[in-house]
Amino acid sequence: MRKVVIPEVKDMRTADQANLIIEAGRAEKQYWKDLWLYRELFYFLAWRDILVRYKQTAIGLAWALIRPFLTMIVFTVVFGAIANLPSGGVPYPLLVFSAMLPWQFFANALSECSNSLISNSNLISKVYFPRLIVPASAVIVSFVDFLISGMILLGLMAWYNFVPSWRIVTLPIFILVAFAAAMGVGLWLAALNVEYRDFRYIVPFIVQFGLYISPVGFSSSVVPQQWRLLYSLNPMVGVIDGFRWAILGDEFAIYLPGFFLSVGLVFLVFITGIWYFRKVERRFADVI
Amino acid sequence: MPDTIIQIDNLSKKYVINHQYSESGYRTFRDFIGEGVKGLSQQLLKPGQRKSFRSEREDFWALKDVSLEIKQGERIGIIGRNGAGKSTLLKLLSRITEPTTGRISIKGRVSCLLEVGTGFHPELTGRENIYLNGAILGMSRAEIKRKFDEIVAFAEVERFLDTPVKHYSSGMYVRLAFAVAAHLEPEVLIVDEVLAVGDVEFQRKCFGKMQDIADNQGRTVLFVSHNMDALQRLCPQSFMFERGRLIDSGSTTRLIAQYRCMTSNNQQALPLKWIDISGVNRSGTREAHFTAVKYGSLNQTVESLPYSGGELHFLLEINSDAARSVQSLAVVLFDQNGTKLINADTLSLGQVTVLQQGCNLVELKIEPLYLNPGIYVLGLWLANPQVDVVFDHIESAFEIEVIDNGTERLGAKPDFDGLVMCPFKVKTQERVGKLL
Repeated sequence: MRKVVIPEVKDMRTADQANLIIEAGRAEKQYWKDLWLYRELFYFLAWRDILVRYKQTAIGLAWALIRPFLTMIVFTVVFGAIANLPSGGVPYPLLVFSAMLPWQFFANALSECSNSLISNSNLISKVYFPRLIVPASAVIVSFVDFLISGMILLGLMAWYNFVPSWRIVTLPIFILVAFAAAMGVGLWLAALNVEYRDFRYIVPFIVQFGLYISPVGFSSSVVPQQWRLLYSLNPMVGVIDGFRWAILGDEFAIYLPGFFLSVGLVFLVFITGIWYFRKVERRFADVI
Repeated sequence: MPDTIIQIDNLSKKYVINHQYSESGYRTFRDFIGEGVKGLSQQLLKPGQRKSFRSEREDFWALKDVSLEIKQGERIGIIGRNGAGKSTLLKLLSRITEPTTGRISIKGRVSCLLEVGTGFHPELTGRENIYLNGAILGMSRAEIKRKFDEIVAFAEVERFLDTPVKHYSSGMYVRLAFAVAAHLEPEVLIVDEVLAVGDVEFQRKCFGKMQDIADNQGRTVLFVSHNMDALQRLCPQSFMFERGRLIDSGSTTRLIAQYRCMTSNNQQALPLKWIDISGVNRSGTREAHFTAVKYGSLNQTVESLPYSGGELHFLLEINSDAARSVQSLAVVLFDQNGTKLINADTLSLGQVTVLQQGCNLVELKIEPLYLNPGIYVLGLWLANPQVDVVFDHIESAFEIEVIDNGTERLGAKPDFDGLVMCPFKVKTQERVGKLL
């Protein structure tokens, strides 16, 4: 009998004997309390998505490893061997992969997140729970993929006998920024997509375009100095630079003004994303 | 005095119907921009003209000024036609959507069943779906684990627990879905027509479970259904909605009768008057057809209204285009649900009705009338079954009310009497040793 892995969950039901008042425009304080009450739904929805993805597949979880691996090979060949872009002294695969990791996370999270509300429309129109959980759990699923792909990075480092410096402990900071970037843009797109269905066509475009614009296949040092600040308007530039610095070392110095611009932008998009989402959330069930 | 568990004050919900939809039915950003440009250009080119492009938006009040109060432990039914606002009320109560004005105050946890199998994913197994669905509906993991065996036993799917749900038959699917929902144990349970699915066996089971929840566990239940029978058995009190307003509340039996009156197409016809039925919906060759009917009990004390245990006379006017003999002439009485109760057919008497060309009058007497007081629907039938010819078949000509004459009765009339009456006697037997 196969053992079913069920995420650990605490008791959701509190003795909610306090009066619940439902009124137009009154949802605020109750909402944040509800997010805590319904916290295990984050796990359950993410668990469901991950489980479903690998059902009926032949190699299951291995897909999470194969895709980034193959992309890395292609990029190494195209940008490293053929275009012969500089790699700053580290093996090109490592250069590519340390940027692929956050980029894949961002791209997947964005795609899943922006479509999450529509694909869960049956839940949204029939059951109550704070809707913020839906896009958040989509990002969590991508995060799990990120962790799995991280294993390839470890493998690569072992292969090249590359020992990372102390800077690697700063990695969680950059992960957090990537998380916020994905959530921020994802929330905006998810909320807009419910009302105007054309937004779902923008996402693959952003992802495709972004892959070449962001310093994934190359190091951002190839960008001429005068353009670097403008270049940092792409939030992923800051994140990827940070990742490279943390993993590979000081040769990949972060361009600080650009970095702070990126992070500031991410923060702004994140906060406004939550604000907009909350604003239109009450109409989701009516419009979806 | 049980306290109020749900209090609703002046609740209203408005939807805006936008008639500007594109072909796909969804609003796209392109349309939004298009509208904006149109509006702008209108204002520039024809300043001062109040463009009515906003008139394509229509306000639809799904609920208007609803106020009611529900106390703990009550079982309340909600009656109304489709579009009366019942589902909207439930969505507001379960916080799926927000009110436009007004307020709701709820004490305790509310669980709303708008649909069975919410959140079920076809790729996951039955076991996994139980956990998923339970979590979505608000149960904690420990709770689901505790009730797991009960849920599986109720759904009768032990053998298929580890098969993906997409392989389940629709019956199994619905059973499993309801089983999870039935074990929810909230303080207030709201059920929206979910019992309309499944076979008879399943419906009986669901219904029994809901009665158990209401009776034995003291919870408040709000039940929306079109199944009048179920409503009557489960909920002694009800609210009636029509076009978004609460129009009545009180005893379920009374409201159901009122609802039936409102929704029936039939008129009630009085006795001792000729009722013209030439225009009524019918099928058949019409070579011979019913044109008018007169009925009555011929009992002066009740103004000839038909009564239980009495006689019911019919005078049937039949128009025939030629002289013919008809083997089967029948007067049929149905109940409100369309169940055929009485079929007074000359075929069973072995009696042939001879019709002349033109107008004929046939007299038919039912005695005694074994129907309890109530409203019944009259149907008529004229055919020659041996040659497979149906001359006239009327499913429902009009309604007849049977009243209670009371003369036969010595005691009080029980609640929930059946449709058919029959004479009976009771005698206590002397106990001599063990029975049988």
